[in-house]
Amino acid sequence: MAQYITKRVVMAIVTIFIILLMLFIMLRFMPGSPFNDEKLNDTQIEQLNEKYGLNKPIQVQFFNYVINVMKGDFGVSYSISKDSDISVMLNTRVKVSFRIGGQAVLLGAIIGLLLGIAAALNHNTFADTLCTVISVLGVSLPSYVFGLALAYFVGFKAGWLPLLYDEKQTFLSSVMPTIALCMFTVATVARFTRSEMLEVLGSEYMLLAESKGIYGPKLIYRHALRNALIPILTVLAPLVVDLMIGSLVIEKIFAIPGIGSLMVTAIQSNDYNVTIAIAFIYSAMYIFLMLIVDILYGIIDPRIRLSNKE
Amino acid sequence: MQDNYILRIKDLSIDFQTTAGIVHAIRGVDIDLERGETMAIVGESGSGKSVTAKAIMGILSNNATVRSGVVEFHMDNETSETVVDLLKMDKKEIRQNINGKQIAMVFQDPMTSLNPLMTIGKQIMEGVLWHYDYTKEAAYNRALELLELVGITDAKKRMKSYPHQLSGGMRQRVVIAIALACNPNLLICDEPTTALDVTIQAKILELIKDIQEKTGISVIYITHDLGVVAKVADKVNVMYAGKIVEKGNIDEIFYEPKHPYTWALLSAMPDLNTNDERLYALPGTPPNLLQEIKGDAFAPRNEYALKIDKRLEPPMFKVSDTHFAATWLLHPKAPKIAMPEALQNKIQRMREGA
Amino acid sequence: MNKAVTLGGEIASTRKLSVEEYLDSITFEEDDFEFDNSEFISRIDADYISRSHWKDALIRFKKNKGAVFSVICILVIILFAVFGPMMSGYTYDQQDINNQNMAPRIPVIENTGFFDGSEKMLSSTGTKLVNKYTKDKIDIFYWFGSDSLGRDIWTRTWIGTRISLFIALIAVFIDMVLGLSYGLISGYFGGRVDMVMQRIVEVVNSIPTLVVVTLLMIILQPGLSSIILSLIITGWIGMSRIARAEMLKLKEEEFVLASRTLGAKSFRIIFKEIFPNIFGQLITQTMFSIPHAIFTEAFLAFIGLGVPQPMASLGSMISDGYKNFTTHPYMIISPLIVMALLMLCFTMFADGLRDALDPKMKEG
Repeated sequence: MAQYITKRVVMAIVTIFIILLMLFIMLRFMPGSPFNDEKLNDTQIEQLNEKYGLNKPIQVQFFNYVINVMKGDFGVSYSISKDSDISVMLNTRVKVSFRIGGQAVLLGAIIGLLLGIAAALNHNTFADTLCTVISVLGVSLPSYVFGLALAYFVGFKAGWLPLLYDEKQTFLSSVMPTIALCMFTVATVARFTRSEMLEVLGSEYMLLAESKGIYGPKLIYRHALRNALIPILTVLAPLVVDLMIGSLVIEKIFAIPGIGSLMVTAIQSNDYNVTIAIAFIYSAMYIFLMLIVDILYGIIDPRIRLSNKE
Repeated sequence: MQDNYILRIKDLSIDFQTTAGIVHAIRGVDIDLERGETMAIVGESGSGKSVTAKAIMGILSNNATVRSGVVEFHMDNETSETVVDLLKMDKKEIRQNINGKQIAMVFQDPMTSLNPLMTIGKQIMEGVLWHYDYTKEAAYNRALELLELVGITDAKKRMKSYPHQLSGGMRQRVVIAIALACNPNLLICDEPTTALDVTIQAKILELIKDIQEKTGISVIYITHDLGVVAKVADKVNVMYAGKIVEKGNIDEIFYEPKHPYTWALLSAMPDLNTNDERLYALPGTPPNLLQEIKGDAFAPRNEYALKIDKRLEPPMFKVSDTHFAATWLLHPKAPKIAMPEALQNKIQRMREGA
Repeated sequence: MNKAVTLGGEIASTRKLSVEEYLDSITFEEDDFEFDNSEFISRIDADYISRSHWKDALIRFKKNKGAVFSVICILVIILFAVFGPMMSGYTYDQQDINNQNMAPRIPVIENTGFFDGSEKMLSSTGTKLVNKYTKDKIDIFYWFGSDSLGRDIWTRTWIGTRISLFIALIAVFIDMVLGLSYGLISGYFGGRVDMVMQRIVEVVNSIPTLVVVTLLMIILQPGLSSIILSLIITGWIGMSRIARAEMLKLKEEEFVLASRTLGAKSFRIIFKEIFPNIFGQLITQTMFSIPHAIFTEAFLAFIGLGVPQPMASLGSMISDGYKNFTTHPYMIISPLIVMALLMLCFTMFADGLRDALDPKMKEG
């Protein structure tokens, strides 16, 4: 187990490192220098280079860059809000994004699980068909279809919920984006839960448990659900990534002041530093989640926990 | 006690609803099992033997419907004895009163029949804790006792093991321990040794025999392996295409088989002492049970088929008080034919060997 | 527990005919007890002749209504993508400043009151029905309306569909060429080769697609070629995993060993022996990657990295139309519906394929 966790952690660190290297190289080769002001003369540029350490050997620069990122210092914005510190810009936005994203993951996972379980337990009945329909729709329609539909019918036509994000009604205005975002999660989790549950329900150990005389919720929980949940855990991390992609669009549609909409703005206004900072945050979060899932997997599944080799 | 039967199945028919249509998996099965007896149900895969077992356990899948029949079970409580029809009981009643406590089952593949996420100990204790008001400690001791009974050494340590840490043979012992946990009166073993190494097969069979002697439990073996049958059974039911085609005592089936299908099965049994250059293989495949079968289901694969086989189903002709076979060859008007010579020689050798 | 319960009620008395009664009830025919194994050999042969796997799959597929509908729907969309742009008489980049924001108007159907070119406009006095065609006395038809630059949405939608379908084709190509060979090679050679190749997959896979794509777009100019490049970089992983898993499973099979013992070369074994056996799975996976690729394009367009104007793609039209979708919803509806249909149909088609090729998965 210790070996298993160590291996995962090392893998995660290596990946982060590779990403940092990529980002660093990109920054170096980006068209235009950080201070491409024509009024600057050579000595001034040299001073600036001195100030930002740009005259040091490249490996030292990379080392400094890594240190800075670790401290949460991503440099300054070039065009969105000139020369302001990116970490300050991100501070409040990260919270908004994570809150809505978190709500969507949680809601999506719970509804998806329930739907999938209900479908599997009532295989080939109405509940099953409903689950299939919802999951096909959710998997195949991009989140902004739901976002736009909700915005148009609920927000605009009916006016029940704020059409655009409102700082004063943070919860109410997060309802529609959360629903739009979670559809994909609901669908994927439901689809996966259903097939996993069906497989487990048809397994011999379920028959053995039944032939012991176990029935009802205890049978489902103790023998079916626990076994079905392990593989479901593995789809959750990739799902968070899909959610991030969705959040870029959804945040733009509902004008949510989060990092997703900031990233869209940054891309459109060529603000490399901001784009790269957010890209790094997304990657780091993803890798961290994958690590957590892997470790959880190891803890829950005795086949991994108790094995010495992989 | 009016008679000594523990289980009587009468005219059991079961259909399965599949996407391809309705499969008539069981077509009128009669089985009688006496107390303390060991019975084997033999047949090719798809002949309906496992379905019969599952019907007794009340663990048929949802797409199964019982078309007709009765499964009479003589239920022994401490104070009373009642006869119940297992097919009339709902799931909950069966789980509460029958499964584990009265009838238990050992499954084919010990690799897949244990819950991978639960320790061995918990899985054995589960049944006892569920059915009776055992304290945790009492259940623990019971589980230890059972593990020792099924011949697992170092039982205390094994209680904490997970299935993946045990070998196949050990797991099957655990499955047997689980089955025995609540002192059932009937044990159904569905291909208990098929998935195991040959060396371990014999040990498991001996273990079950041993337990049977100790506890007086009745056992039904479901197998396609006549070798297993020879080792353990008192009575044999040969099943083909959802029907019992021949039943009798072990000696009757092995030494005086009457049904061509039984002949074929016996001929196909590998035999070390034979000089024959080739092993007999039963031609063809079992019939498609999606279609209604007219006449004798075995006729198309039967070298000795009669014209009537295509038209009418043969009844269970009586050979002796204990021996019955469903083949028109037993009709007085049928031509007298003897079993194939190779088989006669084989049986001769078996007799000598026995 | 010691209560004497009667469970399940009465025991039904079943009475079957006894052997004697049964024999009495039937009339025997003259030749009943003659041997008849005439069918013996032929029936056995008949038993072995079974329907081929593909024929079987086709029958199962046809039973799946959703999947059949999807195929038809995809074909219809392809048809429109090919011929649609020629039907309206407009080109996708033809602008007409006088005819901006025209609501959909279709000949004949306009008489029913639908698609007659009128739309509800929000004004200070409330909503009112406006028909720009009659107001400005323009006697032309924009079947799906015109956009804010006066371009015909019908033409642009089908031009955009072409792009989406082209991207779907690219996705298939990536899956089949890159993912497949990577997975097959990794699985076939195993050992050290597999180790290295799988570590690479792990690293690539742990970088979110979003990040790779956006970074790529920053370096390259937005456009179709950059979209394709980003699909190439991220799209092969899923397929490579499946191909590898199947390869690992199959290469131990007897028929592969037999072929190897006969001296077949690796290349031959991979493509002649193994490939046909995993073809079904590959097709299914490929179909699943199509909606993903279509979505990627739409997503990139939405964040401003789509095909440059005046070229139209479904993604860029949605992204443009969304800016005024509360006032002129028709601008976004047609590209949105076509894209949604495409993705939905490809998913259902893939689902149907999977169920048809591997019935076990569905029966569960």
